[in-house]
Amino acid sequence: MNFILIAVIVLGAIGLIAAVVLFAASKKFAVYEDPRIAQVNELLPGANCGGCGFAGCGGMADALVKGADAGSIEGLSCPVGGADVMGKVADLLGMAIANGEPKVAVVRCNGTCEHRPCIAEYAGLRTCAAMHACGAGETACGFGCLGCGDCVAACQFDAIRLNPETGIPEVDDDKCTSCGACVKACPRGIIELRKKGPKGRRVFVSCVNKDKGPVAMKACAVSCIGCGKCEKECPFGAITVENNLAYIDPEKCRLCRKCVTVCPKKAIRDVNFPTPPPAPKPKEPKVEEAKA
Amino acid sequence: MNAKSFRIGGIHPEENKLTNDAVTQVAALPKQAIFPLSQHIGAPAKPVVQKGDKVKVGTMIAEAGGFVSAPIYSSVSGTVFKIDTAIDATGYRKPVIIINVEGDEWEEAIDRSDKLETVEAHPELTPEEVVNRVKVAGVTGMGGAGFPTFIKLTPPPTAKAECVIINAVECEPYITADFRLMMEKADEILVGLELLMMAAKVTTGYIGIETNKPAAIELLTNKCAEKFGGTKYSVEVVPLKQRYPQGGEKQLVDAVIRRQVPAPPAIPVNVGAIVQNVGTAFAVYEAVMKHKPLFERYTTVTGKKLQNPGNFLVRMGTPMKDLIDACGGMPEGDNKLLAGGPMMGKALTSVEVPICKGTNSVTIISDDEARRKEPQPCIRCAKCVGACPMGLEPYLLAKLLEVKNWERAEREDIVSCIECGSCQFTCPAHRPLLDNIRLGKSTVMGIIRSRAAKK
Repeated sequence: MNFILIAVIVLGAIGLIAAVVLFAASKKFAVYEDPRIAQVNELLPGANCGGCGFAGCGGMADALVKGADAGSIEGLSCPVGGADVMGKVADLLGMAIANGEPKVAVVRCNGTCEHRPCIAEYAGLRTCAAMHACGAGETACGFGCLGCGDCVAACQFDAIRLNPETGIPEVDDDKCTSCGACVKACPRGIIELRKKGPKGRRVFVSCVNKDKGPVAMKACAVSCIGCGKCEKECPFGAITVENNLAYIDPEKCRLCRKCVTVCPKKAIRDVNFPTPPPAPKPKEPKVEEAKA
Repeated sequence: MNAKSFRIGGIHPEENKLTNDAVTQVAALPKQAIFPLSQHIGAPAKPVVQKGDKVKVGTMIAEAGGFVSAPIYSSVSGTVFKIDTAIDATGYRKPVIIINVEGDEWEEAIDRSDKLETVEAHPELTPEEVVNRVKVAGVTGMGGAGFPTFIKLTPPPTAKAECVIINAVECEPYITADFRLMMEKADEILVGLELLMMAAKVTTGYIGIETNKPAAIELLTNKCAEKFGGTKYSVEVVPLKQRYPQGGEKQLVDAVIRRQVPAPPAIPVNVGAIVQNVGTAFAVYEAVMKHKPLFERYTTVTGKKLQNPGNFLVRMGTPMKDLIDACGGMPEGDNKLLAGGPMMGKALTSVEVPICKGTNSVTIISDDEARRKEPQPCIRCAKCVGACPMGLEPYLLAKLLEVKNWERAEREDIVSCIECGSCQFTCPAHRPLLDNIRLGKSTVMGIIRSRAAKK
């Protein structure tokens, strides 16, 4: 009988001491974790894909909360969850949605094999980065697509593929999550994240060649030569020509496509429009002007 | 002959010195000369002429664009046609000055006589004056990399120079420009060496020459004994075993004075050596003694299929096409055009690229010789490890680059790579080792730079 009592007392005493120690330790060594991190983590898809650039969803949640404390969560976006998830996260953190408008990767090069003749053969390591470091590449254009597919390798969502006929990568709008991995992978900065546009309709200058007109023209049949016709034509002031290269500001562009019509090199592309671009009215005076 | 060599790695590619006996010809003046503003390591030069300006041979057309930079002088007389862009040896369009050639009128200050000037005859020369004249004349390393010479001659206060080593190794296959220069301008080179030693305030000099150039070794040994015997200078011609990349600064220092240069940012002067190319020694002589800025150089134009390969004294800015035409024109079929030799040379996509300060050779390799074989999986034979003259592990570095492990690559000392290509040359699986390493090296160096900028 006696040893039952002893056992109860001893175990009770040990339990009590342990409880006191644990209580003291939990107070003394408490680490405060923002409860919002767990909440944000809950909202994220939990795929831990790393598409956002962090090691996993936990890291992203941490960064989001830190960003919110610092005043902005711009630049952080979950490619898998998309605008949906980011909207919820922004609501939770009381931030404005950083990327309100859905974006998509746009390849700004038209230099297909047909338009841009090869002048040399590259035999080294077949990555764009290696070829870029060696020189202008196989064509005379020192700005355009090298066609080795560094962007394709960088895409985790199978959204970008090389077209075997043109040698230029093409982006699948539906699969692209605008994570920006391809933008970083391209050594020539050809790919840009642009507004997806209503029904996927967008107009952009599909060239990044900054050479002067004659040089650019010699290298590629469809390069921007910086002639400035589009700049003059644009009724919204969305187009600027800098360093012999036109750029269409997606914020100002109203998709009228007048620039597409006037571009003498067909360097401006319009995608996902149901009708062909020609706007007949501006075209006629243009022709007269050219004759005069 | 008891020939020395560097201690780690190295390979022995086929020599192919086709132009050993071709006496240097003076290349014809070009119709139009093109001067890239970036012919050296460091900041590009800044143009000081405008379209329509008249220039003479030896007129400065661009001034140094920073401390690590060098001015550029016109090699021709004529009119500045325009300041534009043109493809240079990088393969990209870069800013250039284009001059239409009219006649051949030289600046009066340049001494065009062949008379050998000696240091004894010019007591006004002080070490500072020599360095200054070298700087003003725009002399840069003539071996290829093109580092401004005056900087090498003024080492940082933490390092003390003990000797000047003249790099007359020319380990790169095909090239013979340095050999011809030694055979034809030996006296001038030795005066150049004396000036270099004077500028660096040392009395010990070495001339490293590979044993495949016995004539040059003999000639320079005799001339050295004649010139430096009984003076305060001790100069030794060091015969070196043929081994690539012996012409690399660090390898040459190891071969000649048995000292290892530590990993970057250490440079040879940290172990007491100032290494200068033999062409640079000649350029220093001309700059200091003849007041002639750097606008001419010895260049080899070579290739097995070329009709008359040869060595040329060529004005910089001459398009390669002119030299190739002088050698019988571009051979039939597809060819690989290199600025430099087959190991370190840079493949070009245009024959209009001009000869620059560092262009020691124009090499044309036929298609079948140049073509790479299909890469196979690595068989872990470690030949590349044995060949690497810097003691690196090329297979590992290349792999780290494939998986983008920059931290590990930095720990494995990727920045020490001198891009000699020995690893790729020796790889039995034809793997593009150097392509990968070069890419990784530039990435890692970028990371290191941005880290330093943050601090």
